[in-house]
Amino acid sequence: MITINDLHAKIEDKEILKGLSLEVKAGEVHAIMGPNGAGKSTLASVLAGREDYEVTAGSVSFVGEDLLELSTEERAWAGLFLAFQYPVEIPGVSNINFLRTAINETREKKDLDPISAKDFMAMVREKSALVELDAKLASRSVNEGFSGGEKKRNEIFQMAMLAPKLSILDETDSGLDIDALRIVASGVNKLKNENNATIIITHYQRLLDYIVPDFVHVLFDGKIVKTGGKELAIELEEKGYDWIKEEIAQ
Amino acid sequence: MAEVAKNNINFKSDLQVTSVNVSENEKQKALDVLQNTTLPTTRVEAWKYTRVAKLGKIDFVNEKATISDISNYVIDDTKCSFVFINGHFSKGNSSQEIPAGVTITLLSEINAPLSKSSLTIEDEVFNAMNTAHLTGGLKIDITSNALVEIPIQIIHILKGDSTISNFKTIVNAGKSSQADLIQGFFSESGESNFCNSTSEINVAENAVLRIDKIQYESEKSFHISTEQVKQDKNSNFRINTFTLNGGLVRNNLNIDVNGQNCETHLNGAYLLKNKQHVDNHSVVDHKVANCESHELYKGVIDDRSTAVFNGKVFVRPNAQKINAFQSNGNLLLSDSATINSKPELEIYADDVKCSHGSTTGQLDEEAIFYLRARGLSERSARHLMVSAFIGDVLDKITNANIKTYTRRLLNDRFGWEF
Amino acid sequence: MPIELAGAVNHSQYKLVMSNYTEDELAKDLENQEYKFGFTTDIESDKAPKGLNEDIIRFISAKKEEPKWLLENRLEAFALWKMMTEPDWAHVKYTKPDFQDITYYSAPKQSKKYESWEDVDPEMKETMKKLGISMEEQKRLTGTNIAVDFVMDSVSVATSFKSTLKELGIIFCSFSEAVQDYPELVRKYMGSVVPTSDNFYAALNSAVFTDGSFCYIPKGVRCPMELSTYFRINEGGTGQFERTLVVADEGSYVSYLEGCTAPQRDENQLHAAVVELVAMDNAEIKYSTVQNWYPGDKNGLGGIFNFVTKRGICGTNSKISWTQVETGSAVTWKYPSCILKGDNSIGEFYSVAVTNNYQQADTGTKMIHLGKNTKSTIISKGISAGKSHNSYRGLVQIHKNAANARNFSQCDSLLMTDECGAHTFPYIECKNSSAKIEHEATTSKIGEDQIFYCLQRGISEEKAIGLIVNGYCKEVLNQLPMEFAVEAQKLLTISLEGSVG
Repeated sequence: MITINDLHAKIEDKEILKGLSLEVKAGEVHAIMGPNGAGKSTLASVLAGREDYEVTAGSVSFVGEDLLELSTEERAWAGLFLAFQYPVEIPGVSNINFLRTAINETREKKDLDPISAKDFMAMVREKSALVELDAKLASRSVNEGFSGGEKKRNEIFQMAMLAPKLSILDETDSGLDIDALRIVASGVNKLKNENNATIIITHYQRLLDYIVPDFVHVLFDGKIVKTGGKELAIELEEKGYDWIKEEIAQ
Repeated sequence: MAEVAKNNINFKSDLQVTSVNVSENEKQKALDVLQNTTLPTTRVEAWKYTRVAKLGKIDFVNEKATISDISNYVIDDTKCSFVFINGHFSKGNSSQEIPAGVTITLLSEINAPLSKSSLTIEDEVFNAMNTAHLTGGLKIDITSNALVEIPIQIIHILKGDSTISNFKTIVNAGKSSQADLIQGFFSESGESNFCNSTSEINVAENAVLRIDKIQYESEKSFHISTEQVKQDKNSNFRINTFTLNGGLVRNNLNIDVNGQNCETHLNGAYLLKNKQHVDNHSVVDHKVANCESHELYKGVIDDRSTAVFNGKVFVRPNAQKINAFQSNGNLLLSDSATINSKPELEIYADDVKCSHGSTTGQLDEEAIFYLRARGLSERSARHLMVSAFIGDVLDKITNANIKTYTRRLLNDRFGWEF
Repeated sequence: MPIELAGAVNHSQYKLVMSNYTEDELAKDLENQEYKFGFTTDIESDKAPKGLNEDIIRFISAKKEEPKWLLENRLEAFALWKMMTEPDWAHVKYTKPDFQDITYYSAPKQSKKYESWEDVDPEMKETMKKLGISMEEQKRLTGTNIAVDFVMDSVSVATSFKSTLKELGIIFCSFSEAVQDYPELVRKYMGSVVPTSDNFYAALNSAVFTDGSFCYIPKGVRCPMELSTYFRINEGGTGQFERTLVVADEGSYVSYLEGCTAPQRDENQLHAAVVELVAMDNAEIKYSTVQNWYPGDKNGLGGIFNFVTKRGICGTNSKISWTQVETGSAVTWKYPSCILKGDNSIGEFYSVAVTNNYQQADTGTKMIHLGKNTKSTIISKGISAGKSHNSYRGLVQIHKNAANARNFSQCDSLLMTDECGAHTFPYIECKNSSAKIEHEATTSKIGEDQIFYCLQRGISEEKAIGLIVNGYCKEVLNQLPMEFAVEAQKLLTISLEGSVG
């Protein structure tokens, strides 16, 4: 699905990613954990194509295409979805209108006809139920006046609507209470199948109780320094990151 | 004697002409402007809400005067204070202990003609008059890197009927210096006296200059001030203007932000009663990128008084990343009071964050009722609300002595405890 | 440039090239963006000679077979106008029109009154079709409720649904017809809100106006359909000086729409209209404008000078609501105003003004609070792109007796490029202590975060800007009747195509 090879990226002369490599196959769930400032959110931003970051070396292949050659929206059309750590508010633009535009543009690129209003609304009803998102929120302005939990659920709702190949959840769990966390996680689990993949970027092992990862990676100082199974996450939760630092130092 | 009848400002023939050496060239230019311009009418946009025609009906004089006790006018009990009466230096009343790193020169004692002024004279009849008929003033030079801990205090007092004082302050704050200035404008006695003050202020690279300006003249006096400020890069300029008394007061505050990474703070409070008229005009001109400016003006307008606020922020082309905020609040205490507020933004760059807000209202009667229900008298309930309203501007004064003095004046004039 | 991309290995270089490429593309888009309504219609017209003098005014008046009082009004206005000077306080720069080089009367030939829609010249019908006013279609469809008056150059050429309206006692006709058929109403209200001497352009209009629309809603009648006028300047070298007068009698309601287009010409053409609204006690008038006069080309050549005086007066408990979407014209000078004379009356102003290329707009409103408990709301959204200048200028005036007056103003400016300007000039004058006035203004750049969010969801940049801008203007667009709102949204997107900096 996605192969990241020796990726280096910087922002304003500060190098953040220093040779990151990672491979994710269809049907897999990967968790990336790491201390603050390790480069977790940078990775998400670089993969989504945020212009503030400059890729200085390395390659990323996504479903057979050179991801770095694609513009942000082309990446989205190719099936890459980023659940934002801080979802953006767009006053006056309804969630529905926003999503319909997104879906229809993606369909247009695939030479498909625009989705009919009837089918679209049926899909909205079905997918919003998935994350227990109040139908009223769907007609409100994008993220405007949403609570933190609603914003995150809205991200998963959009993910469900757009049915991406690869979803990157950037700190989707932070700041959520346990109920919201369960809802978000169950949404993600229901969307999971053998044809798509998920990268979960998180601080806390807690989320991984609900979404069971196939692999856990530790991102430290711009590189993946350790990879393991679910048990690695538990170990990190118990022991913190210091032992990893020591391990690297040795 | 200057022939200035054309511009409607008249001087009695015995007007003492300045002892300040203004270059002939500058003076002539100013006199030409005076010859060819009349006092602005309300048809002129900048004077839309302020009528100055009254000034044309007075035959102004300028005489030296003495005052035996000036203790009422001492804002901060500092060792460095310069007192001027009718624009003339009053040596006996001044305590001239000049702090290290500061040079203060009386304009009347400068032999060489004053260097070219940064004031605009064309179409600015009061600046032209100030230049042509300069009475006195002083020049303050702060050396580079000087950290001046004692505030420099300038006290200007008007005395006598129909007295005019054309007063000037020049401040050059050197590179990386830091200083505080206090300006006080008072009136001892007399009717229809007029202080026409100009200040030319240069804030050099990385310098910090803070000015507290207190205006407490009389309900029969006129006051027109123009402050021309130029800020170089990384500098920080703050001026607090408190207008607590005066018949007709007009403050022109022009800030040219010429260097990047500057901070500008303009705060003002105006409290008016009876038939006072106070007009605050400010222009913050952001000529370069990466600067911020904050403006907070609040007014309490009572009786038949009129207040005017006109704040303009320019963001010139390519002056990106400017944060400019402007806020004007007005409290009308009487049905005959008038407020004209005109907060303006003129923006020619795109990556900016600018906002302005203006509110006009009255005391919240519900809140007053609530306070009374809790046992406050109506009078103190109202005072409490007014002081809460104006309080955030008063809080901008960092010098405790000035704060105490300002409170005293407020109490003297309005009977309000703050 | 894109060819270099294939071999690009250095990613920083790649990014640079990419962004240049995008900008070039956008610039090209901008150049290619054409004014959709820039066609001319080949209809013979009946024109007065160029220039302005008493004879021309007499000529216009004679052509219109006007009563003597109206000719006298015109001559008086002309005498006043000659003594006035063109205002220059607005934040716009332009070469003042040569008033002697304008044709003041141009009517499509055979401009006899049309008895029915079927009589309308087919060429004219074609014009309307291009403008999106397919009346035939509207007539066939049931449930569409728009009555249209169509003013081309200076003369009203077709008014539909007249008889349907007549049954309710509603008068909706061209101004010329009103002068003939309802002279007493016209005489009573014309100039009652915008006096001849009001300003330079109003005086000019009063002297030379040629046609326009007239509308009267009788007491207690709620007009069941939207009344609409389309204005079009067709002839070169002509000015358009129309007058609109809407009188809503006690307790009545009307929603009125106007749309404006003009052909693409290299010259500047002058449009100086006067609109007067009278809302009597308990009446309500909703007046919506979608103004899309030709804005000039990308270099600022040509375009309409839109110098318009619009004002309404409110009786007790009445309401006037102005909504405008302004995307056209080279220079706009326009302040739809409300005189809140009656107690408890309400004035509203909702505006979206978009300027691109070298367009200049100085627009806003005046809310004059005279009565007690009067309320006004001002929502203004300015969007500046290209090298344009967009100014909000608004006056809120609370008079001495206007106890408990309330005003809320919100003026937001959105900047799309670093070469444009956005300016805010509010005037707040308050003489009553029980008034409550709130004014807020913000100026900001279009949000990069918002664009990125849209891009990530697969929405292309152009569409993203369209979405964000329409969202930004929503409070105003929501005020428009449904049919117009869709049009206006499209217009906004078209006006801003390729405009992000």
